[in-house]
Amino acid sequence: MTIFEKSVEGRTACPLSHCDVKEYKISSSFLRENAPKLPQVDELTAIRHYTELSKKAFGVDDGFYPLGSCTMKYNPKLNEKVAQLEGFMNIHPLQDEVQGAMKLMNILEKRLCAITGMDAFTLQPAAGAHGEFTAMLMIRAYHTSRNDLQRDKVIVPDSAHGTNPASANMAGFEIVNIPSTPDGCVDMEKLKEAVGEDTAALMLTNPNTLGIFDKNIAEIADIVHQAGGLLYYDGANLNPIMGIIRPGDTGFDLVHLNLHKTFSTPHGGGGPGSGPVGCKKFLEDFLPAPRIRETEDGFEFFKSENSIGRMMTFYGNFAVLIKALCYIETLGREGLRKSAKISVLNANYLRKKIEFLPSYTKGLCMHEFVVSLEELKDKTGVAAMDFAKGMIDYGMHPPTMYFPLIVKEALMFEPTETESKETLDRAAWAIKELYELALRSPEDFHNMPLSTPITRPDEVKAARTPELIAEE
Amino acid sequence: MFNYIPHTEKDISDMLAELNLSSLEELYSGLRSFQAQDIPIPEGKSQQLVDKEFNNLSKENKLYNSIFLGAGAYNHYIPAAVKSLASRQEFLTAYTPYQPEISQGILQVIFEFQSMIARLTGMDVANASVYDGSTALADAILMLSERKKNKVLLSRGIDPKTIEVLKTYLSPQNIEIDFIDLNLSGQTCLKSLNKKLDENVFAVAISQPNFYGIIERADQIGEKVKQSGSGFAIKANPISLALLKDGRECFADAVAGEGQPLGMSLSFGGPYLGFLASTKKYMRKLVGRIVGKTEDINGKESYVLTLQAREQHIRREKASSSICSNQAHCALTATLYMAVMGEKGMKEVASQCVSKAHYLAKEITKIDGYELKYKGEFFNEFVIKSKTKVDDIIKACKQNGILAGYKLSEDEILWCVTEMNDKKEMDFLVQILKEVGR
Repeated sequence: MTIFEKSVEGRTACPLSHCDVKEYKISSSFLRENAPKLPQVDELTAIRHYTELSKKAFGVDDGFYPLGSCTMKYNPKLNEKVAQLEGFMNIHPLQDEVQGAMKLMNILEKRLCAITGMDAFTLQPAAGAHGEFTAMLMIRAYHTSRNDLQRDKVIVPDSAHGTNPASANMAGFEIVNIPSTPDGCVDMEKLKEAVGEDTAALMLTNPNTLGIFDKNIAEIADIVHQAGGLLYYDGANLNPIMGIIRPGDTGFDLVHLNLHKTFSTPHGGGGPGSGPVGCKKFLEDFLPAPRIRETEDGFEFFKSENSIGRMMTFYGNFAVLIKALCYIETLGREGLRKSAKISVLNANYLRKKIEFLPSYTKGLCMHEFVVSLEELKDKTGVAAMDFAKGMIDYGMHPPTMYFPLIVKEALMFEPTETESKETLDRAAWAIKELYELALRSPEDFHNMPLSTPITRPDEVKAARTPELIAEE
Repeated sequence: MFNYIPHTEKDISDMLAELNLSSLEELYSGLRSFQAQDIPIPEGKSQQLVDKEFNNLSKENKLYNSIFLGAGAYNHYIPAAVKSLASRQEFLTAYTPYQPEISQGILQVIFEFQSMIARLTGMDVANASVYDGSTALADAILMLSERKKNKVLLSRGIDPKTIEVLKTYLSPQNIEIDFIDLNLSGQTCLKSLNKKLDENVFAVAISQPNFYGIIERADQIGEKVKQSGSGFAIKANPISLALLKDGRECFADAVAGEGQPLGMSLSFGGPYLGFLASTKKYMRKLVGRIVGKTEDINGKESYVLTLQAREQHIRREKASSSICSNQAHCALTATLYMAVMGEKGMKEVASQCVSKAHYLAKEITKIDGYELKYKGEFFNEFVIKSKTKVDDIIKACKQNGILAGYKLSEDEILWCVTEMNDKKEMDFLVQILKEVGR
């Protein structure tokens, strides 16, 4: 039942004081004919309605969330607390005397430079894909500034996130897809064939989406650079190397980070995230405006000469920045490094515990690994989707399904470092139970999950006869 | 040093033993040559100490007693119920609702959000949110683009910061941007629009109310644009839509906007909320997540992410946008705000904004040397031209704990009034202006 169906004509929970000046009436020619039909409920009805809905949601606070490539680590409560401080929450983006906020942003920029080995950062992009788009615009501006105008192609491996080619396309580039090796690494021969005078950049996720660190990175960088292109780092998988290996030291020219993954800010049911972009000195001038710099009189905003311009109305998702910095300051250098290492330990431990599922990630993995249920499906008819739904009944969020695209019936696990050994042991036990059930009684999977408010929804119907808003 | 890792030393050694390893470093075997020597970051701190440090940092920002600054970010009352519900951890710590069976709550909230935005804007469909008001308008314009036309006309009444974002977004697409000036009333000039509206124009965009607070003749503009065969996009303040003509009444194809006034704190500019609604015609061209209603296998009402063939994870480079993470939690906040305020409350906020802004404008213009720049009807912002220097006004206000309006030039300020400003503080402001003017 929607909130609209709970409406009763005349009810309101509006908490405002009475207007203490004379009412002014706008000329009727500007006014709408009918008031928008918004809910009419009392406060308690609203509270109960949305409290009930919150119970039909599943967050990191509810249980294990091994959603690969999403780094669903614990979101510390201290982050939330400091982000709610009045001196942060109630300041207007265009007011004066905001040195505290600007200092905070400046420190975060410095920390991110230190972690990635870059020379400068913008905190403006609102999400990872927004960061990718920002970086692609910078790459375009860079080549244009050198009058290197024929560089209109961006190379993307087929194991990449879908946002990569989509962002490059938004920036006006043509996409050259190259196949990956079976372990998701760059196919060096294909890369050599793909680069040329028209190469603007290569977009790379390292560790890749199979959880493998591509050891050819130095050679990859050489190939791209020698062809005159730039090397771009998708930071979705920074967690396992955070504070240990820096993209800037391994040949990357630009990076974006996902503060809502690596730096523990909550994902909010889909956002807001934050996707800062860092770059080497020679690209700094192209960063979006406004930027922050420190002068004798304190911090100030400025626009660099060759800036690609503004990506958002203001300075980015400020409250998210506060939370990320709070996390970094709390953990510190060793804390970040330890988190990275434990994320790798947890992933390898879980993988070992469920090695009866064939892994596409060979050798030691980084923070995540991919298993394929192709064989199981052939044998029993139980697909990756069915298996994932079964996991829900064991009180955990399923892993990422059917990604990366290069693995059939893929399930991608990323346990993160904040999960205990007991949680991993229990997950492994549950997965074993499900695996055995699949072999024994595959038809049981058709109705899973059984413990949820709804069973599997009809997605085909949703797309074929779209019902996107409540009827009036 | 504090950490959020539960592992004891014993856990670590047990787990390593399971892997036939003896140290954590071995997990990175073969990667030694890539490892950084030193990362110049300070050591970690206790939660208690970080708490204190951030407290101190927050105090380096000035908090004003009353705020008369808008210009894209608005100080509205946020009901306690909104904050309370929005902070529920199930909402806050969840990912994008990829698994509908355990995400019905989040999916239904988004469905309600889409519905409320559609009703407010008078459009047929709305998406689950985009980054902010400026990127929402950029998405709207790109959505209206056509292969054979390459020009967009932007009203000069659009926030200059938004225009900067539009330039950034549109620059790679070979789209020519031209502008329509404002007339003496501060409204988008219909004559200028007529002159520039040629067969090469695929879209016209305006802001309602515009950056200078003036209410546009959006219906007349929309009618003209429709006759010419191009698309029409409005960037609207959602609070104003409680009173002003909606998108349908103005012949709009798309209504975009900044949802921050719907329950979001000023928060130094973000996170805010981009909303985007359109007519049915553009349903399959809308960017970002969309939730639809369906049934589960038992016929039970259910919600799912739908029409995903538009999106990057399916279409890759052919997607309508690369957006993945959006501003979902802000959309939740807006939904809670509109539910709690309700139909009456939304109208009440809007009309208080209008009444109070007109009271202040009237009182200011009674002072010698202060006058309204534009004659047009305004919503809750207005431009005052004064003989007194703007810097002196801003300074005098600041000394009295008042955040003055937005400086447009040496003699013009854009003032903003919301339901938060009571008569007493407006009278106090007027008193200050009288004294500076002397």
